[in-house]
Amino acid sequence: MEHHQQPEPLSPPELAALRRSMTDGRLAMTRRSLLRAGGAAAAVIGGAGALSACGIPPAGRTDAAGSADHSAAEKRVTFSNWTEYMDVSDDGKHRPTLETFTRRTGIEVKYTEDINDNDEFFGKVQAQLAAGQDTGRDLIVLTDWMCARMISFGWIQTLDQANLPHAYAQLSAQFRTPAWDPGRAHSYPWQGIPAIIAYNKKATGGRKVESITQLLEDPQLKGRVGFLSEMRDSVGLTLLDMGKRPEDVTADEYDAAIARIQKGVDTKQIRRFTGNDYTNDLDKGDIAACVAWAGDIVQLQHDNPAIAYTIPKAGYMTSTDNLMVPNRARHKKNAERLIDFFYEPKNAARLAAYINYTCPVDGVREELAKIDKALAENPLILPDEEMAARSHSFRALSGKESKEFTQKYSDLTGA
Amino acid sequence: MSTTEAPAPAPEEAAPLPVRRPPARKRLVPYWLLLPGILWLVVFFAAPLVYQASTSLQTGSLEDGFKVTWHFATYWDAFGTYWPQFVRSVLYAATATVLCLLLGYPLAYLIAFKAGRWRNLVMILVIAPFFTSFLIRTLAWKTILADGGAVVGLLNSLHVLDVTSWLGLTEGHRVLATPLAVVCGLTYNFLPFMVLPLYTSLERIDPRLHEAAGDLYARPATTFRRVTFPLSMPGVVAGTLLTFIPAAGDYINAELLGSTDQKMIGNVIQSQFLRVLDYPTAAALSFILMAAILAMVTVYIRKSGTEDLV
Repeated sequence: MEHHQQPEPLSPPELAALRRSMTDGRLAMTRRSLLRAGGAAAAVIGGAGALSACGIPPAGRTDAAGSADHSAAEKRVTFSNWTEYMDVSDDGKHRPTLETFTRRTGIEVKYTEDINDNDEFFGKVQAQLAAGQDTGRDLIVLTDWMCARMISFGWIQTLDQANLPHAYAQLSAQFRTPAWDPGRAHSYPWQGIPAIIAYNKKATGGRKVESITQLLEDPQLKGRVGFLSEMRDSVGLTLLDMGKRPEDVTADEYDAAIARIQKGVDTKQIRRFTGNDYTNDLDKGDIAACVAWAGDIVQLQHDNPAIAYTIPKAGYMTSTDNLMVPNRARHKKNAERLIDFFYEPKNAARLAAYINYTCPVDGVREELAKIDKALAENPLILPDEEMAARSHSFRALSGKESKEFTQKYSDLTGA
Repeated sequence: MSTTEAPAPAPEEAAPLPVRRPPARKRLVPYWLLLPGILWLVVFFAAPLVYQASTSLQTGSLEDGFKVTWHFATYWDAFGTYWPQFVRSVLYAATATVLCLLLGYPLAYLIAFKAGRWRNLVMILVIAPFFTSFLIRTLAWKTILADGGAVVGLLNSLHVLDVTSWLGLTEGHRVLATPLAVVCGLTYNFLPFMVLPLYTSLERIDPRLHEAAGDLYARPATTFRRVTFPLSMPGVVAGTLLTFIPAAGDYINAELLGSTDQKMIGNVIQSQFLRVLDYPTAAALSFILMAAILAMVTVYIRKSGTEDLV
């Protein structure tokens, strides 16, 4: 049997509360709730407006090449470089070569090591340069494919060769005519970076590693092979190994090289794709053999006699890190004087003796021999003609190609 | 329901409570105090969020510029291509969170109840790793777990790595560049985020509750199950969230300790943003990650029934 309990009649305070809730409470359609709804609608519309208001302007529209040069009035220059790319005194407190420059010219150098990665640095300055603003830097050092991109966007100033007598005269023939900056109108090499094969003799059990084919296929090296995350170096060496020229690589050749490396990934032959951190792995022997940058290897050999390198018979890749003056830089002429200073053989030799990369300056051998005979004989630092002839560089890619190639390489590395 | 019979509301409203409203200047004080926080949020949270939301709906390239075209398909394409990395991120982060809880709970319990006068020292030891950078700590693991190192040597001689290889957690006779290394790295790096909230909520528990439970004939295990653990739930929830959320978005551990098959969604976002320069895809991936984490966290908080505790 169902028994419905009669609801008790509401007491006056309850009724009052009920009424309040109808008029002032959540149920009520008041001026406030209307306003609120209106506000929400406005927020949605405004939000959509805000969303579509954003966007990135096309690159290269800036008018900025001719910025006012304050070099004469302000005796300083701001120089952004990579870490460990400048000679430092033994106590770590001085940068002798830079200080010599300041003593001779009276130009104060604000030296910052704030470049760790081309892409990262690009991300950092891209918005400013696209908007035609000063980045606060007078001189930057970037790898050539990134230089190519920035020059093509019109973000880099044309250098005044009259301020660069030594640089103009002493630049090695090997580096004189890159496709992306004919006649070196915008850039001068800081160092050349050969990409070669390096291995740890202890980890390979005394075996020599002499080719990319061996890196990708030798079962003894399984799981202990490293490739560089720098696409142009890794793919370039693979192309050379396949008998192709990276200077005029086609999309099909590129795909074939990618497929070849992919096989190395799938068979677990390749352990990792690394940036600079491969040196540690190679030193310990976690990586037995890898694609490596020559300067790192010269430095590693100092401390670890088990480290050896091969310059592949098929040839090797050389990229360069280049000095450039970005748009709107305040001290262009001071920057040019600094570039020129490092093209005097004596200063170039001091730098090469410290950082051990390929010196792009002619006539350095004698000066370098005064500092260290062995270094002067090292073909990785001062390549002889035969060595230079085997050096290759990657074709300059259009923006679209570059995106496609990078995407493919990125997929290969798992991300 | 009828309200028509009710007396007119007039008399009530005619006699308002004698509330003294503070002067306008005083009423604004809380807002002034909130202002710095709100500004901070607008500049460093809301604005970038709107900007990224916009980026995710743009198309274009650096040469031609990017324009908002309401291209929602980017989201589908991005998820369609990179769902394995999403799944992997969630899996790794969840595993690391569980491991953190299993390691962190006994640790926090010891510090809160058993450490006595060593309590501060042990707390400092827990926090000490924060004095060095995340990157350095992760790189240190590469030395500890090196192929020729003592740890891997021991694991090999005990044949532990044979078992983990069989389970697919490691590769051959090494630990580095395997899923195990990445999960261990995540667990290590986020452990303090688990221990600190756990400790805070455990430390607040009145020890007399344990005594009372004992007096009521509860065995220690029962005391823990019925008294300590429920009271520490806010810490468990906060700790798991603080561990899971950053771990799911982390890319350093996968980058340094993993190989190509261990890349997480953070690595993909980084590579799309910086290397491929496909800003819309990168932004879309970030939003998908945010939405996924938000959804999972909401369900989790509902399930653990502690909305009012965190």
